[in-house]
Amino acid sequence: MFSVMKLVKHGLIAAPLALALAGGLHAETVARYGISMADIPLTTGQPDRGAGAYQFTGHTIYDPLIAWEANIGTRPGKLVPGLATEWKVDAKDTKVWRFTLRKGVKFHDGSEFAADAVVWNLDKVLNDKSPQFDAKQSAQVRPRIPSIASYKKLDDHTVEITTKDTDALFPYQLPWFLIGSPAQWEKLGRDWAKVAMQPSGTGPFKLDKLVPRERADLVKNTAYWDKTRLAKTDRIVLIPIPDAVTRANALLNGQVDIIETPPPDVLPQLKASGFKLVQNVTPHVWPYHFSTQPGSPWTDVRVRKAVNLAIDRDAIVKLLGGQAVAAKGQLDPTSPWFGKPAFDIKYDLPAARALMAQAGFTKANPLKAKIIIAQGGTGQMLSLPMNEYIQQSLAEIDIQVEFEVVELENLYLHWRSGAKADMNAGKGISAINLGYVTADPFYALTRFAYGRYIAPNGVNWGGYDNPKVNDAIDKIRASFDTKVQDKLLAYVHEQMVDDALMLWVVHDTNPHAMSPKVKQFVQAQHWFQDLTTIGM
Amino acid sequence: MLLYLLKRLLYTLPIALGVTLVSFTLVYLAPGDPLNAIAPADAPADVIEALKVAYGLDRPMPVRYGLWLARAMHGDLGASIATGRSVASEVMGAVSNTLVLASVAAAVGVFIGCVLGALAGYNAGSWLDRLASALSVVGVSIPHYWLGLVLTIVFSVKLGWLPAMGAGPGGSGEWLWDAEHLRYLLLPAATLSVIPMGIITRTVRALVAETVNQEFVVALRARGLGRVAVFRHVARNALPTVLAVTGLQVGYLMGGSILVETVFAWPGTGFLLNTAIFQRDIPLLQGTILVLCLFFVALNLLVDIVQPLVDPRMGRG
Repeated sequence: MFSVMKLVKHGLIAAPLALALAGGLHAETVARYGISMADIPLTTGQPDRGAGAYQFTGHTIYDPLIAWEANIGTRPGKLVPGLATEWKVDAKDTKVWRFTLRKGVKFHDGSEFAADAVVWNLDKVLNDKSPQFDAKQSAQVRPRIPSIASYKKLDDHTVEITTKDTDALFPYQLPWFLIGSPAQWEKLGRDWAKVAMQPSGTGPFKLDKLVPRERADLVKNTAYWDKTRLAKTDRIVLIPIPDAVTRANALLNGQVDIIETPPPDVLPQLKASGFKLVQNVTPHVWPYHFSTQPGSPWTDVRVRKAVNLAIDRDAIVKLLGGQAVAAKGQLDPTSPWFGKPAFDIKYDLPAARALMAQAGFTKANPLKAKIIIAQGGTGQMLSLPMNEYIQQSLAEIDIQVEFEVVELENLYLHWRSGAKADMNAGKGISAINLGYVTADPFYALTRFAYGRYIAPNGVNWGGYDNPKVNDAIDKIRASFDTKVQDKLLAYVHEQMVDDALMLWVVHDTNPHAMSPKVKQFVQAQHWFQDLTTIGM
Repeated sequence: MLLYLLKRLLYTLPIALGVTLVSFTLVYLAPGDPLNAIAPADAPADVIEALKVAYGLDRPMPVRYGLWLARAMHGDLGASIATGRSVASEVMGAVSNTLVLASVAAAVGVFIGCVLGALAGYNAGSWLDRLASALSVVGVSIPHYWLGLVLTIVFSVKLGWLPAMGAGPGGSGEWLWDAEHLRYLLLPAATLSVIPMGIITRTVRALVAETVNQEFVVALRARGLGRVAVFRHVARNALPTVLAVTGLQVGYLMGGSILVETVFAWPGTGFLLNTAIFQRDIPLLQGTILVLCLFFVALNLLVDIVQPLVDPRMGRG
């Protein structure tokens, strides 16, 4: 009896009363966001868990010197001023960049943002002798800012960064580098574990509560310096739900208001129940990256072109519930760097067969290839069904594909090592299937096409080394005129497509499903999303 | 009895040491790189090398094991490579969440299993026996993952009665044993209870069916003892084996179910292991496996101690 009374007291009276009081007194708008990660990404300044994590604990709590315009969905974003209002390269020494810092900006803890904070944050990730050096944050961001050689404060509002070589694309590296508060680190006893629970940046949200693997509450920073980007929702609760079906169930059940990556099977039910589905062009591609090393079956461009013509991409898009777009190259045709490739990637089985015949392959003499793939994981979409579909499609043009299936973490090892490595070439592996982020010129093009980045010096996995492309990339790195850069980048992309460097299959569209309670959300054409645009 | 206890305690020492060795080395056998937990996939070789040194992964494995064991014996399981948080606090938080889930699932599974098994054993060959046996086979065979999803679709999505995931409205840190929180527990606990229920039903059924046909039970009945009194004797004879099976089942439940905890986003040991495995977070993986194995060893020790108390024949060696 006692327990029944207690339940009645707690469940039927106390909870509604508390909710009513809370609702009446604060009238706080809350968006509960089911994210696909198994844990909340690092909150200390440089998020882990890849590019997709920056939207959650990166660009919410912190700001970079140069930001990416992520609050627009109708066109690709561009670099915009962040904590630096202006950046210029030195006319005499093109390796030297000067950044004019924004005045009057304060960290969440109330301390002032100035040049010392920028140098302190650069030391945090690049100088392992500095007391604030954090190996975890460093590991996340060092590969993303590879050009920086040195840096110094010129005055309270000017910082100078010197790059290793002339690199006109250097500003694209800076949206990855986020600025945290040195004062907060000192206040918390120089303990990064404590900073993770009480971080302090200059961003549009403050972290109010963090329960590892369960939730992170971000509350609106009403004093945010960019009044055009004030959060439209008072509180965003990030809830890690790694299982896609569970995420969809939580949305259908009303436990969350918005989810990432709903499973294709559930889309009809979501739509029928009045939930909104939002997706957009996203810098991602799902390819087979070929080895062009001697001995690889993919050295003949006719074969590489044939496989690009043998895939019915619309069928794969259908398999994915419409949550993808057919690829015409490394980039989506709406990209300013797409160019005008001569090779038109489409589904044309007779043309594919003709190319295979020209290359000397027939039913009696099929081409045999071993391809390493992951069983699933971030960016891999529906890995196994998609790969099996491609395997069947390629069989139609006399290519016998054998898969080596590994976990994604293991696939990364094979990727970093390059096609020539013993773990790949030695085992007969001649192509790798790994979803690629293609967010900026480096990520989309140069890291795969530049001869200097042939693995293990970079992730030019297959060893592509085209002198014309290398020359164009050298010019891009030395050119500070954006129009010239764009033209040369388009040329690089044209060459990549005409050389059929990869089998490009689809681009992810980063789908989100949301309840009708979510009135506003702008999905940028990027992995960086702006959570300030969520309005309830 | 004292000698029996001492022997059992001594047996646990080499087992515990073996557990530390296996939990340390096993994770290195899996393909993949622990530095994937912290370094982006395209991290250059110099970053990877610097990280190896920073995390001591450049040292030979016996040295690493020795250092890890020395720290572990002092209760320090190190820090997670991925998050930097203390492994001990991560594991203990997850263990307490799994304890909540497992205790309810075990109570439900053991209770229903004992009742069904006893009914089936007492009425061997009847329709009740066939029904109980069928339920136990279903319980043992049904895939957890599938059952969890079906229960969620029915009770959360279609009927809207229960939450689909999570460990309470404010997270597990604010867990209370009240109606609001128990709503979050019902579906995962029901899903998790099905296997122990099935196994215990089968065990109890077999034991009871065998015991009721023994001569001493015939003698008890001949002396005019009622059904309840006879059942007490039958139950006492079945209890040691039921205890041993229950101990194993509770041990399995404490290990958490990776599938059930992932389906319900329940932040227990299974969910933690899932995260650690996919991130190759070796310190977290080693710490979690170690604590769970020691839990298992302790639970079996407890069963070994309790068994002679309910069946004095066992203590006599």
